[in-house]
Amino acid sequence: MSALKEAVTIYVPRDSTAISLGADEVAAAITAEAARIGLDIKLIRNSSRGMFWLEPLVEVATDAGRIGYGPVQPEDVASLFAAGLTHGARHPLSLDLVEEIPYIKNQERLTFARAGITDPVSLADYRAHDGYNGLTNALAMEPAAIIAAVTDSGLRGRGGAAFPAGIKWKTVAGAEGAQKYIVCNGDEGDSGTFADRMVCEGDPFVLIEGMTIAGVAVGATRGYIYLRCEYPYGERALNEAIKAAYAANWLGANIQGSGKHFDLEVRMGAGAYICGEETSLLESLEGKRGMVRFKPPLPAIKGLFGCPTVINNVITLASVPIILDKGAEHYKNFGVGRSRGTLPVQLAGNIKHGGLVEKAFGVSLRDLLYTFGGGALSGRPIRTVQVGGPLGAYIPDSQFDLPLDYEAYAKVNNMVGHGGITVFDDTVDMAEQARFSMEFCATESCGKCTPCRIGSTRGMEVIDRLVAGDQPVKQEALLRDLCDTMLAGSLCALGGMAPFPVLSALNHFPEDFQKSSQQQTPRVRVAS
Amino acid sequence: MAPNLSSSTFERRSPPIKLAELSSLSAADSAAINAVLARLKNLPGALLPILHGVQDALGYVPKDAVPVIAKSLNLSRAEVHGVISFYHWYRTEKPGEHVLHLCRAEACQAVGGRALEAHVKTTLGIDFHETTADGRYTLEPAYCLGNCAVGPSLMIDGALKGRVTADRFDRLTGVTA
Repeated sequence: MSALKEAVTIYVPRDSTAISLGADEVAAAITAEAARIGLDIKLIRNSSRGMFWLEPLVEVATDAGRIGYGPVQPEDVASLFAAGLTHGARHPLSLDLVEEIPYIKNQERLTFARAGITDPVSLADYRAHDGYNGLTNALAMEPAAIIAAVTDSGLRGRGGAAFPAGIKWKTVAGAEGAQKYIVCNGDEGDSGTFADRMVCEGDPFVLIEGMTIAGVAVGATRGYIYLRCEYPYGERALNEAIKAAYAANWLGANIQGSGKHFDLEVRMGAGAYICGEETSLLESLEGKRGMVRFKPPLPAIKGLFGCPTVINNVITLASVPIILDKGAEHYKNFGVGRSRGTLPVQLAGNIKHGGLVEKAFGVSLRDLLYTFGGGALSGRPIRTVQVGGPLGAYIPDSQFDLPLDYEAYAKVNNMVGHGGITVFDDTVDMAEQARFSMEFCATESCGKCTPCRIGSTRGMEVIDRLVAGDQPVKQEALLRDLCDTMLAGSLCALGGMAPFPVLSALNHFPEDFQKSSQQQTPRVRVAS
Repeated sequence: MAPNLSSSTFERRSPPIKLAELSSLSAADSAAINAVLARLKNLPGALLPILHGVQDALGYVPKDAVPVIAKSLNLSRAEVHGVISFYHWYRTEKPGEHVLHLCRAEACQAVGGRALEAHVKTTLGIDFHETTADGRYTLEPAYCLGNCAVGPSLMIDGALKGRVTADRFDRLTGVTA
């Protein structure tokens, strides 16, 4: 009775990295080939598992579980069907059971529990995979108990500052104000990071749920997701999901009959890195230049439009639903020291197995780079990694055993930041990287404070002279002095942290800054 | 004693310049801008959404749109201009047929981004923020497209492309030096 046989389900990700490698073309080829051979299939555009070297990763639902093939190109599709893709048969691109791939199997996925598994914009799929359990619990709780759960979980801001989320919420809950806001910082401008993007594109409901819980907890009825304009795919997925959430009464008035009200809107940034800084982001949301504000007042007291505002990163808010679903203890049991829970680490740059690795705090860089990452993509030795985006330090091999932990990193002037790890092999020129850090700071400075606005341009010039061998001892002293001024005198983290990559390059890789002087004064060989 | 400022001090010497006379906006562009304003001007913090709306509709924010937007939001022209010039995304010149955003950030640098940047500039014969002479391509820098595990990355009219080698760039654009 083949006519009654259920159509086979095939998954092709709609994640933008998968699309950038041809997922849309693969999906079209699969639909066309199935039609050509007269096969009934159900094609689901799922999110990515975060194993980007395998994208486009095609999966097929079988009785044994989901079988993967990848990386698939459109020209592979005919041979995949011929080999028996629909029942998970072997093919040169076979990956067998996707959940058994060590890269996935050895992770602790809490925030990214649904990544790659569900259809990101299907509310039914979200519900079937524990979605909205957290909010359902929260609606039955006192607001103070919700905040206590977030505090007890140990969740700290995942945008980089690592401020305890529960304390921020408590401040807003206690602040006076007729209107309060929940603002999600989705201005993920750090190079080497894409976790926020993966949530927005791959599991938008979890962010919507997290923000709604925050709203219920602090008494805010309105939320904004400030998303960078470089993420058009994320914008589309979020808006689809928000529409579905409204239609099913998970947003809007009287949510699920609770009497609680929460409205949510996506606002697009406009290509300014500084708008990832929270006060600058608020200015931008108000329709102004993204100039950093003086603090105090804190945004929790006077934030958006002068009202008490919770402003949290995407990952922070997306981690809230599982805390309210499984309990604070469950979340807290992951991690080390004061760094509780998990961190979605992003392996980027020159790395063989680039992608998303969600692990409990405490994992070492070496583990991430070699066990998960498989070493450099080029096959050459890894010389350095930059952790925490363009304002993060360049870390040498001698520090690769440091546990991933906010405090352990801060102790040696490194930062975990948003968990982005950008890998460089031994062909990297660290003087060039240091110069770029200053150039980037000059391009992106809002201009409000002098150390950042002018220091960054002067920094570029000093590095140029240093590398050119023009009075190098003097230039190095000047550069260090300038970095010191920027570190201590800048208004926000942009100018205040841009010296970290510069100084770490200078301290760990001084030889790269001396090339030119060596060339100019070649060692004279004595003929023997 | 305060100086006695007679009202004539502030009298205009010449009639005010009518903005409409100077505007080079076509009727279609004006209509598009007005449609965006009608749709968005009542949003709290409406300026960025409006500028996005205008740029999405026209490809850029014409300088003559500034007074129209300013008037509708009850802002000064300086405030609107200040916002446009602050954000890298907004452009005030008509772009080419296709807009390329090439990533310059560290993760792409680690996999040959700098060499690709040189190739793109040579091939197109332009620098960043410029448009090719035939009007086909405008080249803009991006500081991270969030595609950091499969760089170098390029966005063509909003469509993301990963692992862009020099060859792949030539194939994607059909341009050769």
